[in-house]
Amino acid sequence: MNYSLIISVSKSLLIAKWKQTLIAAIGVMIAIAMFIALLSFMTGLNIMLDGLILNRTAHIRLFKEIKPNPVQPADNYFGSGHNFISSLKSNTARTEIYNNAAISKALQNDNRVAGSTERITTQAFISYGVIDINAVVNGIDVAKEAALFSFNDYIVKGNPADLNNIPNTIILGKALAERMTVNTGDVIQATSVAGIRYQLKVVGLFQSGINDFDKVQCYASIITTQKLLNKPENYITDIGVRLKDMSMAPAMAKEYMQIFETDAEDIQSANAQFETGSRVRSVISYSVGIVLLLVAGFGIYNILNMMIYEKMDSIAIMKATGFSARDVRWVFMGISMGIGIFGGIAGLIFGFVFSNVIDQIPFHTSALPTITTFPVNYDLRFYIIGISFSLITTYFAGWIPSRKAGKVDPVIIIRGK
Amino acid sequence: MESSKQNIILEAKNITKYFYDPVKVKVLNDISFAIKRSEFVSIIGKSGCGKSTLLYVLSTMDSDYEGDLFIDGENMRGRKEKFLANIRNEKIGFVFQFHYLLKEFNVLHNVMLPALKLNLKSKEAIELDALNKLDMLGIKNLAVKKPNQLSGGEKQRVAIARAMINDPLIIMCDEPTGNLDKKNSSIVFDIFKRLSTEQGQALLVVTHDPQFAEDTNRIIEMEDGRIIRQ
Repeated sequence: MNYSLIISVSKSLLIAKWKQTLIAAIGVMIAIAMFIALLSFMTGLNIMLDGLILNRTAHIRLFKEIKPNPVQPADNYFGSGHNFISSLKSNTARTEIYNNAAISKALQNDNRVAGSTERITTQAFISYGVIDINAVVNGIDVAKEAALFSFNDYIVKGNPADLNNIPNTIILGKALAERMTVNTGDVIQATSVAGIRYQLKVVGLFQSGINDFDKVQCYASIITTQKLLNKPENYITDIGVRLKDMSMAPAMAKEYMQIFETDAEDIQSANAQFETGSRVRSVISYSVGIVLLLVAGFGIYNILNMMIYEKMDSIAIMKATGFSARDVRWVFMGISMGIGIFGGIAGLIFGFVFSNVIDQIPFHTSALPTITTFPVNYDLRFYIIGISFSLITTYFAGWIPSRKAGKVDPVIIIRGK
Repeated sequence: MESSKQNIILEAKNITKYFYDPVKVKVLNDISFAIKRSEFVSIIGKSGCGKSTLLYVLSTMDSDYEGDLFIDGENMRGRKEKFLANIRNEKIGFVFQFHYLLKEFNVLHNVMLPALKLNLKSKEAIELDALNKLDMLGIKNLAVKKPNQLSGGEKQRVAIARAMINDPLIIMCDEPTGNLDKKNSSIVFDIFKRLSTEQGQALLVVTHDPQFAEDTNRIIEMEDGRIIRQ
């Protein structure tokens, strides 16, 4: 088959009917552009909403659960058999993770792990003036938290690095600070469960977007927290682990539980409902995109059908002078694919432009203080899917009319004249 | 005997064809004849006698018939559509009452189209051929014009140039002068005459015009699907 001839004939027919072609191509263009803009926006939103939880949650949390010791003295004393022990109480004497330095080192050497950070979580009373409020003080390594869990994105006032640089400092949740009318620079008093009091200077305010969370959370450096609890330097209650591949978390949590002899919780069991929402949003965006393309496909189908009726004479003489049914079919497929290619490429460009416009629209949310415009996810995948969809739809839209053109009987046309 | 057989370009043997709609009608009844190289043959007959139907059967465009059709010694019966398309492309030229020029292309490109389809020569060589054919028909100056800028006689001459472009063995014409005035008719006739004598091409012309037929080498007269005189 002589492809260059077929293409040149398709091209001439396309250009001769440029108005119809343009309308069909615009249909494809709008479909692709909307598809890309919609998906970029939706997934941008998804990533942002997912990030609300995912970015600041450890994929695996290693900790020591408060629970009765599974190995009771009675078991050792009586040996095998079943022992009934009544009035068994939980023991909170040692809430720290044993041998945490070695665990941290082992995590560093594990190449599935993106990073890990140590934490202390404890209760404390925060007092300012006459008010005492119960709060949770998190002892953290600020630099690591910022690198692994985007801690700095949630600081609305102050400099988080001051936690490390200035001794006896604290960052309060914004809602908590508002309740107590505390601002940065003020000094509050923290009283730990161990009964120790410390004067702590407020160096920053923190806003997570979840108000109940912000009402009770405070952050201090690990050393400050250890001092507050009157604990030695190796006292650590939590290790947060961030993995390279989040889906491995459940399996790895089990593994760590055995190796490190601690409790381990993975993000999937901690936030089980969570993926459903993002998946539903993706499904909706994809369906809308596909519906748009289908409509554009029917547009092409219609225009090609019309074109075949108008071009009956040309088809007849082409067949009379030696074009086979296959050649004629490919001429019309060429027209359809031409519309698909040009509409698709224009769609990619406009899709990018639309995404950019969405990206400029102001959007303020208390949930994410660092975000000022609508989130858009510029993912090359959408552009690849977009252009492939446009080619596939136009191919099928052209298929039936092209077959029809191929089947035109020149004798009937020529006799009719 | 051998030489005369080699000279035969088109041979119809016992061709019979029916129309089925609305009732079964025999439109061609046992037609047999042969056309030799550089023969100028006309088919005449009353309207509805089956002469156009016969032409379409002979042209291979209509493959629904009984009997055998040989073109250049090859039997056309039961052949695939693609094979027949190639035969039409290479060995048959067509001129119809209507010119059927593609209005998207200029005159030159219209003439070149069947040769581009045949794809034996380079584009430049085909272009040169097309210009030569147009020159032969005295319309070289129209090469870059679009078909809608041409008069009826000019269009028909372009259609003839298109039929000639692949130097076919036979040119088949269905009422080629039906739409033309007397002057243009005689121009077209002279061209056909020259083709058969100078180029050695066979011509098979279906016509109404008795005067046109009178001047051809051989007249086949049809009536009710039968050849009554040849």
